[in-house]
Amino acid sequence: MDKGPVNPRLRLTSCGPAAAVAMTAAAAALLLAPVAAQAGTLLPERGGSPNADRIASLYALVLVFAGLVFAGVVIALVYALWRYRERRSPVAAQIRGNARLEIGWTVAAAGLIVFLAVWSLAKLDAIESPDEAAAAPAAVEAGIVEPGPGRSLRIEVVGRQYLWMYRYPGGVYSYGEMVAPVGVTVELDVTSVDVAHSWWIPKLGGKIDALPGYVSHTWFRIERPGVYTGQCAELCGRNHAEMRAQVRGVAPERYVDWLERQRALIREADEQVARDRAGSGA
Amino acid sequence: MAATEAPAAPGTATRAVPEIVAHRVDRPVSGWLGWVTTTDHKRIGALYLATALAFMMVGGVEALLMRTQLAEPSNTLLSADRYNQLLTMHGSTMVFLVVMPIWAAVANYVVPLMIGARDMAFPRLNALSYWLYLAGGIVFYGAVFFSPPEAGWTAYTPLSTGPYIPGNGTDAWIFLIHLTGVSSIIGAINFTVTIANMRAPGMGWSRIPLFCWSVLAQAFMILLTFPVVAATVTLMLTDRHFGTCFFDPACGGSALLYQHLFWFFGHPEVYIMILPAFGVISEVLPVFARKPIFGYHAIAASSIGIAFLSTLVWAHHMFTTPLTTVVLAFFMLSSMVIAVPTGVKILNWLATLFRGSINPATPLYFAAGFLVLFTLGGITGVMLAIFPIDRQVHDSYFVVAHFHFVLVAGAVSAAMAALYYWFPKMTGRMLDERLGKLSFWLQFVGFLGTFLIQHSLGLSGMPRRIYMYASDAGWGTENLISTVGAYVLGIGVVVTIVNVAWSLRHGRRAGPDPWRGNTLEWFTPSPPPPHNFDVIPRVRSVEPMRDIRHAIAARTAVEAET
Repeated sequence: MDKGPVNPRLRLTSCGPAAAVAMTAAAAALLLAPVAAQAGTLLPERGGSPNADRIASLYALVLVFAGLVFAGVVIALVYALWRYRERRSPVAAQIRGNARLEIGWTVAAAGLIVFLAVWSLAKLDAIESPDEAAAAPAAVEAGIVEPGPGRSLRIEVVGRQYLWMYRYPGGVYSYGEMVAPVGVTVELDVTSVDVAHSWWIPKLGGKIDALPGYVSHTWFRIERPGVYTGQCAELCGRNHAEMRAQVRGVAPERYVDWLERQRALIREADEQVARDRAGSGA
Repeated sequence: MAATEAPAAPGTATRAVPEIVAHRVDRPVSGWLGWVTTTDHKRIGALYLATALAFMMVGGVEALLMRTQLAEPSNTLLSADRYNQLLTMHGSTMVFLVVMPIWAAVANYVVPLMIGARDMAFPRLNALSYWLYLAGGIVFYGAVFFSPPEAGWTAYTPLSTGPYIPGNGTDAWIFLIHLTGVSSIIGAINFTVTIANMRAPGMGWSRIPLFCWSVLAQAFMILLTFPVVAATVTLMLTDRHFGTCFFDPACGGSALLYQHLFWFFGHPEVYIMILPAFGVISEVLPVFARKPIFGYHAIAASSIGIAFLSTLVWAHHMFTTPLTTVVLAFFMLSSMVIAVPTGVKILNWLATLFRGSINPATPLYFAAGFLVLFTLGGITGVMLAIFPIDRQVHDSYFVVAHFHFVLVAGAVSAAMAALYYWFPKMTGRMLDERLGKLSFWLQFVGFLGTFLIQHSLGLSGMPRRIYMYASDAGWGTENLISTVGAYVLGIGVVVTIVNVAWSLRHGRRAGPDPWRGNTLEWFTPSPPPPHNFDVIPRVRSVEPMRDIRHAIAARTAVEAET
């Protein structure tokens, strides 16, 4: 670093950033390398539903810019603390500001924010709106949804202390574990009957609150059979930590079988209750 | 330098300043009664500081208990209800009984000194502020002996209003909000009037120290939002006890309404806690870089800009509730916009260091630590503002990490910088530098250890406010790291407390101006006399004390460093 008299503006705009650019590039590379592999450590969970994947991609982009900005600030700070320490820089330059520089970085910061906002809004629809793709042929064959794009299965999710209940079309319901067909866009209507809860299966997309008196909407589309777990994300009382949620993605024909079995079980139980009531009433 | 004439000659004041007219002279009250009956802003500031540090210890122990519980999967140290009580007490304590009062302490002590006033505009109201704050703390902690609140510091309805939590802890929480809220409102009025009317002659609006600007912006936010939360918790109180139905959906109320009202207060509250921190950094950096602040007007204007924008971003705490997309998009954009004035401040602070002559004393360490950690917290704030991303990380440990980066690394680091910077003024003695730097490194490393890893916990699905997790969740290692970090952070804070206790009696004598400061508090002896200044100098720039040093140097022909 030269010690001659340097124009303050040159010093601020050329010297620090020159080193900073190289190091931020290195930092960005370091950040990018593990991004692909590290869902859950550096990125949100994904791999269950397209909306979770799209959120993770959006997050990855923002993370890269965040990393660059943070690295830039830290490098500039460490450089300033080291280069301009008392022993090495005994006389401080008396600079009170630089209008052009200040306007410049305000515009640059605003520009970055505008870019991130526009990018996010562009990705918004694909994350928010239920996937329009046609259901898998097996699902159409099983009679779960009509053929063609834009069809979905609606399942109602009802939170209560400390259990999730699911209502399927045709009056079937289950507790704790939701069973959902793969290859079908599933729309969820989420509500609560007591306090506020929040429905969250990280691999199946973002969370949505279950508020009494309101119905919130979200969706997922599972492509690979498997069990996806999550838990209530809004403090709902003493057993909040044990309010687990689970979605089991199964092949469409197995979903229909399960629905029938569940319907039979419910009918059986209802009849049992009716018999007991009649018995005790008489 | 311009200041060549006598800066402090009596009789040069051209503008009448409000003065106290004494009709009789009372003997000063000594001993504990003197402290209880005091209306001296410096004593009130010291009371605030001591009380806030005591509550910080309590809130810190609560945090460590929670971290200990979470150190391993399926831990049975705390029961679920005990854990919920601790998280509620910890959050409420840190917000209402620690961070806000710490800024009240610092502002009380230094604002009148910085602007060359003899006291606050309303000294008795100032005392009332403190005693209301203490009363709020006592009422709140009184609940510990009955049934502590357990609905979280946000006390969402219907959990807080319905039949879900036994006992009356939530009422204690409501009274905490009321008492500390009235205390803050009175304080805000007092600071506004003081800064508007009691400045030294010559101190125009563009010569007000930046810390005072930040206190002024904070006061406006308090005046705008605390009445709202006071009304909100009053509605909650009548819901709880008198059968009204503002927030209970079972009889026509709205649980979502409570969230809107709470966060209309709750988000500005974040800036109420962090703006004075910005002010402290803007005071500390120029003094320790021996260089004027870079872009005074931009920093003052960004404080006002942040205060204004902070009232337009509340629903970003509600991105997972059923809101229409246009509302979500509005609050996403407004929340992102607030990053611009904040970013401008950070760049101005960095530019202040460039080409300075940096004195590596403890206040500068904490200010530099603030810059690193607050920047990270600010950046994760932008990520959270993008609501599709927020849907994944909201109410998870990612958010816990985010707001601790802003409030612990931000507000508490700056409070530490303020303590090390102004302790010599308050007591006449320096804090020990070696203990100070040890405390800084323990806090910095401990903080990163505690909270950096929590981003990952949140991303991998760990919700906040859970008292336990099963071992199959795979969060054990990260939580253990976080807990170890929390203890290191705790030790770091204790080192500073020990430093304060030791230095009160044994610290090196400071003299009036140990740091070669820029502002008027360094013009008077340390500790200042009850009336603050024998003469109030005329202010000719934003760095009046520096002008005075130069004037003295010119008169005595002794070379003064800048």
